[in-house]
Amino acid sequence: MSAIMMKIRLNYQRVSLSQWGQKLFKSLAMPMLGIAAFLLLWSLAARNIDTSLGQFPGPVAVAEQSVNLWDEHLAEREKAEKFYERQEKRNADRVAKDPGYVPKVRQYTGKETFIDQIFTSLVTVACGFALAMLIAIPGGIATGLSKSLNQAINPLVQLFKPVSPLAWLPLVTMVVSALYVAPDPVVPKSFLNSMITVTLCCLWPTMINTAVGVASIDNDLLNVSRVLRLGALTHVSKIVLPSSVPMIFTGMRLSLGIAWMVLIAAEMLAQNPGLGKFVWDEFQNGSSSSLSRIMVAVLVIGFIGYLLDRGMLAIQRHVSWDKSSTVR
Amino acid sequence: MGTILDISAVDMAFPTPKGEFIALQDVNLKIAKGEFISLIGHSGCGKSTVLNIVAGLHQATRGGVILNGCEVREPGPERAVVFQNHSLLPWLTAYENVELAVKTVFGRRKSRTEIREWVEHNLSLVHMDHAMHKRPDEISGGMKQRVGIARALAMQPDVLLMDEPFGALDALTRAHLQDRLMDIQQTLNNTVIMITHDVDEAVLLSDRIVMMTNGPAATIGEVLDIPLARPRDRLALAEDPEYVHLRSEVLRFLYEKQRKVEGINAGKASDRAGGKRKSVAA
Repeated sequence: MSAIMMKIRLNYQRVSLSQWGQKLFKSLAMPMLGIAAFLLLWSLAARNIDTSLGQFPGPVAVAEQSVNLWDEHLAEREKAEKFYERQEKRNADRVAKDPGYVPKVRQYTGKETFIDQIFTSLVTVACGFALAMLIAIPGGIATGLSKSLNQAINPLVQLFKPVSPLAWLPLVTMVVSALYVAPDPVVPKSFLNSMITVTLCCLWPTMINTAVGVASIDNDLLNVSRVLRLGALTHVSKIVLPSSVPMIFTGMRLSLGIAWMVLIAAEMLAQNPGLGKFVWDEFQNGSSSSLSRIMVAVLVIGFIGYLLDRGMLAIQRHVSWDKSSTVR
Repeated sequence: MGTILDISAVDMAFPTPKGEFIALQDVNLKIAKGEFISLIGHSGCGKSTVLNIVAGLHQATRGGVILNGCEVREPGPERAVVFQNHSLLPWLTAYENVELAVKTVFGRRKSRTEIREWVEHNLSLVHMDHAMHKRPDEISGGMKQRVGIARALAMQPDVLLMDEPFGALDALTRAHLQDRLMDIQQTLNNTVIMITHDVDEAVLLSDRIVMMTNGPAATIGEVLDIPLARPRDRLALAEDPEYVHLRSEVLRFLYEKQRKVEGINAGKASDRAGGKRKSVAA
């Protein structure tokens, strides 16, 4: 394997500069061409679609709105800063007049900007995904190790795997409201609702892939473990886990993709202040710029989804011993 | 030298949809300490099954194996196995592969420096000290097999079990590793059971060659003593009349007395049922 990689690298070095330039041109030019064609088609189509909220936004309107959203974010930040400045000054003044006064510090409660909402979404998806992995990987290992456990659990997995987040959400909402009744909640209920919905939907690919990875370990490696009389824990940590790492990561990439997709829908319904709520609010708002703003969100959602996948791939490349499995 | 390993009255039957398939019937063999035994026979005759029963990976249907006065019930490091396809953990380096075995077997009895020295010592026995921090996919097939042997030797087994250890290697590498194994055997005086298809290999390395009859219900057909003096030199032996005679004895057994009579397909079917893998009869 590595010999092949070396060969590729050597060949790559042998390629002359002009050829390299050509390669670069090709690798950049084709995607550029694709994007340009898309923009052209988009603007042509947009011109011919009239909605009750005005014309469907073309690329220019969307670009304008993305600048607007950024400006709004900066303006809001400035407002927040000024608020804190005023508060500090006010408190300092009062303390100067009355040394016994304990200054009160209040949080700024302005509206969340688009950028804030992106971060809320990222945090929510990260928590939901992490919780899912905490369940799916050990669960997958257990079902992969035991045939009878797999037979017991597999029908349930197959049953719940295709369930839409929109079906889970009402149930999750009711359960969370019933159980999560702390007087001073650390995280809002809407966050929990979205997060748990994400978890419920993105568990399955990792669980299935882990189980398959664990169940398909090379028989000879299992024999090595038996000859060495490895204990159950060492067996899992030294043989089972490393050998199924490529499969686990394949599952995790699928899971993360699903998590991000599900999150938007969950946030819309749960009113978690993330990208989903942004889209929903803009839709309800119904101003002439709403559609362009939603379109900005669509592009951002897509781009972040892409970055998340690349990120997982990079981690997989770093962690996995099987370099051949990560190319796809 | 007393008997260290006693295989007595071993039967092995595999269940198949068409009823039981008797792979082995009444296999008896006593092996002395320090002896080098080769198991030879046509493919599908149950050589691997015998080895797996000694290793404890399979349980004999009847009869059993006694090692140092104790019955073999499960696999264990005192019966280290060198697998046919090296079976190194691909995510560990050569050093780490041997280290895992050493730590598991001697973890409590050796200090960290002792473990390191012992791992390095065993890798240098098979001349792998120069590449011990490479991973299996970075080294050649012969080197992988050497690491596999180092891992088995490092467990200080009472019996070293080798399942066609050089079968997948080219002739030159194989000859080199055979010489290496003879050297190691000379110094360490291990008890070895080796499965082989290669008549020259069997005669060159063994003290006794155990020749198995064809399955089903395979058993030991003949046992041939190889009284050639050690150390043995393959070049000198090539024209040694005794060597040539012993070699032809094995050939005669394989191709006259136990000639494979089935066709290729039938041979394959019995091979599968003979159970090299656990999957019996698709």
